[in-house]
Amino acid sequence: MTPYSPQPSAPLLAIRGLSKAFLGVQALDGVDFTLRHGEIHALLGENGAGKSTLIKTLTGVYRRDAGTVALEGREIAPRGVEEAQRLHIGTVYQEVNLLPNLSVAENLFLGRQPMRFGFVDRGAMRRRARAVLSGFGLSVDVTAPLGRFSVATQQIVAIARAVDMSAKALILDEPTASLDAQEVAVLFGVLRALKGRGIGIVFVTHFLDQVYAVCDRITVLRNGRLVGERRTEDLPRLDLVAMMLGRELEAAAHRIAADPAADTQAGTDARPPLVRFRGFGKARSVEPFDLDIRPGEVVGLAGLLGSGRTETVRLVFGMDRADRGEAAVDGRTLRLRGPREAIRLGFGFCPEDRKKEGIVGELSVRENIVLALQARQGWLRPIPRRRQEEIADRFIRLLDIRTPDAERPIQLLSGGNQQKALLARWLATEPRLLILDEPTRGIDVGAHAEIIRLIERLCADGMALLVVSSELEEIVAYSRRVVVLRDRRHVAELRGGEVTVDRIVSAIASEPVPAGPEGAPA
Amino acid sequence: MTLPLPGPAPGLLRALPQYGALAAVLLANWLLFPDFFSIRLQDGRLFGSLIDVLNRGAPVALLAIGMTMVIATRGIDLSVGAVMAIAGAVAATMTQAGWGLPAVLAASLGAGLLCGLWNGLLVALLRIQPIIATLILMVAGRGVAQLITEGQIVTFVSPGLAAIGSGSFLTVPMPVVITAALLAVTALLVRATALGLMIEAVGVNRLSSAGAGVNTPVVLVAVYVWCGLCAAVAGLIVTADIRGADVNNAGLWLELDAILAVVIGGTSLLGGRFGLLLSVVGAAIIQAMNTGILLSGFKPEFNLIVKAAVLLAVLLLQSPALTLLLPRPKGARPPLGPPLGPPLGPAKRESGSVKP
Amino acid sequence: MIHRFLPLIVTIAVLVVGFLLCALQFPNFASLRVVGNLLTDNAFLGITAIGMTFVILSGGIDLSVGAVIGFTTVLLAVLIEQGGWDPPAAFAAALLAAALFGAAMGAIIHVFRMPPFIVTLAGMFVARGMAFVLTTDSLPINHPLYGELNDVAWRFDGGGKLSLPAMVLLVVLALAVVLAHWTRFGANLYALGGNRQSAELMGVPVARTTVAVYTLSGLLAGLAGIVFSLYTGAGYSLAATGVELDTITAVVIGGAQLTGGYGYVLGTFAGVLIQGLIQTYITFDGTLSSWWTKIAIGALLFVFILLQKGLLAAWTGRGGEPAEA
Repeated sequence: MTPYSPQPSAPLLAIRGLSKAFLGVQALDGVDFTLRHGEIHALLGENGAGKSTLIKTLTGVYRRDAGTVALEGREIAPRGVEEAQRLHIGTVYQEVNLLPNLSVAENLFLGRQPMRFGFVDRGAMRRRARAVLSGFGLSVDVTAPLGRFSVATQQIVAIARAVDMSAKALILDEPTASLDAQEVAVLFGVLRALKGRGIGIVFVTHFLDQVYAVCDRITVLRNGRLVGERRTEDLPRLDLVAMMLGRELEAAAHRIAADPAADTQAGTDARPPLVRFRGFGKARSVEPFDLDIRPGEVVGLAGLLGSGRTETVRLVFGMDRADRGEAAVDGRTLRLRGPREAIRLGFGFCPEDRKKEGIVGELSVRENIVLALQARQGWLRPIPRRRQEEIADRFIRLLDIRTPDAERPIQLLSGGNQQKALLARWLATEPRLLILDEPTRGIDVGAHAEIIRLIERLCADGMALLVVSSELEEIVAYSRRVVVLRDRRHVAELRGGEVTVDRIVSAIASEPVPAGPEGAPA
Repeated sequence: MTLPLPGPAPGLLRALPQYGALAAVLLANWLLFPDFFSIRLQDGRLFGSLIDVLNRGAPVALLAIGMTMVIATRGIDLSVGAVMAIAGAVAATMTQAGWGLPAVLAASLGAGLLCGLWNGLLVALLRIQPIIATLILMVAGRGVAQLITEGQIVTFVSPGLAAIGSGSFLTVPMPVVITAALLAVTALLVRATALGLMIEAVGVNRLSSAGAGVNTPVVLVAVYVWCGLCAAVAGLIVTADIRGADVNNAGLWLELDAILAVVIGGTSLLGGRFGLLLSVVGAAIIQAMNTGILLSGFKPEFNLIVKAAVLLAVLLLQSPALTLLLPRPKGARPPLGPPLGPPLGPAKRESGSVKP
Repeated sequence: MIHRFLPLIVTIAVLVVGFLLCALQFPNFASLRVVGNLLTDNAFLGITAIGMTFVILSGGIDLSVGAVIGFTTVLLAVLIEQGGWDPPAAFAAALLAAALFGAAMGAIIHVFRMPPFIVTLAGMFVARGMAFVLTTDSLPINHPLYGELNDVAWRFDGGGKLSLPAMVLLVVLALAVVLAHWTRFGANLYALGGNRQSAELMGVPVARTTVAVYTLSGLLAGLAGIVFSLYTGAGYSLAATGVELDTITAVVIGGAQLTGGYGYVLGTFAGVLIQGLIQTYITFDGTLSSWWTKIAIGALLFVFILLQKGLLAAWTGRGGEPAEA
């Protein structure tokens, strides 16, 4: 490893007034960002804050509308990840952008293999690969396919490639999203070593604990704007969460008393739960949790992005299969084997990623609305066309779905109307438990309010609801109980009068208790 | 639907390119050969070039019916030609061995169903890519057919079976009648039940469909089984027509014609909306072109080149790259994802569960 | 290590064990003559399959190769017999035509983002059609050079010989191994087949590589056509029908993933020889019928696809796909 000679005159990376709009929506609005030599700098923000737009505009994947980027005082304008890499800015994504089928050495040197007599010198490539990786404390068989190694190792190989290709600034986009605690520790060791060599690291993550563990500085974005830059030690967790969520908190720190789960059963509600989960969880996805939902109840799931909210509801619906714990519906223990079983039990699920997992794009609004009902009835009992039209028209009216007619392909509707059509799909099955993951994401204000009103009406009708949302006011408005998640754990359960935005924020920001399963009440 | 006309156009309008193409080809034939449309009745059966087009087009049309649904689920079945050979071999061998017509038909169609089941299980349960899964039977199937006939060209004398190939019903040649009947039965099966909806849903978005409770494995198996059945019927007709099973040549390369017919019919290779009738129209277009080339005095050798040109033209019309270049009426297929992407918040799942 | 080469090792083991079993059953089997014939008889198939391997490694497929072979034999016959060309000039023209044909398909695939399956299917129609247009008859090639070339052989004691086609095959094989593993082009192919998007991000020239790989496949199919015309001494537009299928089968048996990114040229070579071995066995046996070849190859194909599916799942740990049903 060559010793590093600092040039303290100019910051490593200086971004000034960066702006980017998509179709009139301002995704980045005059953002400043400064990365210094030898620091790990967290870039934080909730969904839509502009983190990934910032990274992609910085590396030239998107063309910027305005602003400057300077590397060590010299202005640069790369036109893509590859060119940015040549300009000493390396990017490593969460979904490792290497090739699992190539060997570790080939991944490190693809496109810049050592050559001899016009041919790839495989021996030299292996030796250099070993040398490079040993600098990262990694000793692996460099001839083995990369895909056989853990995600953590792959991340380190990706980082090694970027650094070896002379990166001075390294952008890590959610590198720890699929790592376990031990792997995170190894990765952090690597990051600290790089920092020691004067490399500046932009660290995008959702895990606040990791921010405090490894980052020197924090920049927070919200709605495409810079909220502020702070030194980590000067920024208490609560303030950080407030910056991210964009609210002023009156009382600085409510520490909520750990809410014993015994309350769940001993609470005021004596009705038997509709569904009951005990120690339900999945490795690397969400820690085991307990959850009861009663008929007519609205349970909110709150937490920052990546805290395990989506993972929780996917387990509940059987989209992902739990590998531990048990589930019971109406007091009967059963295995949730998949969505079809969940639907038979009277569940419905509007996923967060509407386009990929929700709508069937080319099919009409009518077909999308009747799909779940039809699937439950089986193909041999078709819903007559007229009945389908009735159902579609009823929900189009009821939910005020803006479409010229029911025959329009659903992909042509706006996001909010697609969401309402998906709601209609489940309402048509008259579910007992409806699970909504970010039901108001990407939806304009008017539709937003309608969907909230609808949620309120639904639970008044006796249906149970489990709702994930980043909008805390929204959750507070309709939830009777709120489960708060942090770092893939259920850390608190608020009920009745406790359900306030401040309490939720405090719970999200609460310091982790070092030992013991504080998040998984016995 | 990927052909140019967008949105909720009425069926006939949406199918205009296909009917237009068919009309154009027929018209060209008529110009080259003024007797093209003349039909005469002889021995209680219709004769004429047009009838000939329908009659000869029947096997490909039959294959196209099954293939349409497979392609609608975003799959493909390369084995239909081999399945034709197997079905023909079973029918010829059993007839020669003295079995009655009902048993022969049942066994032959049963063989087709079994082949389809095999393909379907590989695709739906073992999750092997359709093109690879059906390649196995494409390779081995003809061998199985030869095994059944012991390598011989098995000929038979059975007026009953022969009638399937060369007989007529109410003056219409039997293959045409059978094709029309199978088309009607298939259409009924998918459109009078919810199967059609589910096939399209699975083809457009398998994940969303599964999430809505559609039993995707069963749908997939069903379409391959039906495709096997259609191939068996086609195999029976070819065998009955020549009164023998020539397993080396029966159905050879017809899978490609069937795929071509489906593509011409406007069903996208990317799955989704399908039109059974239009695929049959596609088969008719192919056969009409063949006949036209023959009639025009061109060497039949040009046939393949014309076919390739048509295939490329249709594909170019459907090409996502081209759709991006051309201005499209509002409401057509939206442009492919990158580089713009969703403006706010990338549409990706929250952390953890995304495996690289 | 064992893991990475496992498909290759299994294929070669199947070949070796198969050969040993044959040798045990028929005393004459284990001879240089049989081995030499195996190579000669399968030379054109092997050369084509090597080109196919590259295409499949890059994540594509080329259905046109059989038709290109047929077209090449016809073109050679027409040029030499009717046009009076010297065979070497005709060879060069045929190779150029085949390579350009492949390049055109590659360009269409890349520029219009069309599925290779369907573009090369159209290519198959075009090549076969052009061959038909040239002539539908089987044209014998009687040029004296053909006789001389067919006499070129490296003879061994005991009647064995390494014919010119076999030598061409072995040379192509050696070059192909070098190309796959000792050049940047080879690495780029594997990268492209592994993940197109990642490869692009890592600086792989996707357009150039795509066009190049179909050009290479066309070129090798053209070469196979020359070998085939030497072997049969004629040009025939229906020559080598179905070869695309045999080559794809050889590639899969050879341990490659049809989805791209995994596979070895050497494995394909073994795959070709396994197919040839089955045929030779059936010839030696004399009582077995030829259709067992197809059935055996189909069964092998199935087993190898399953094996690879299992291996891939084990490697990438992709056990838990989203729940369905």
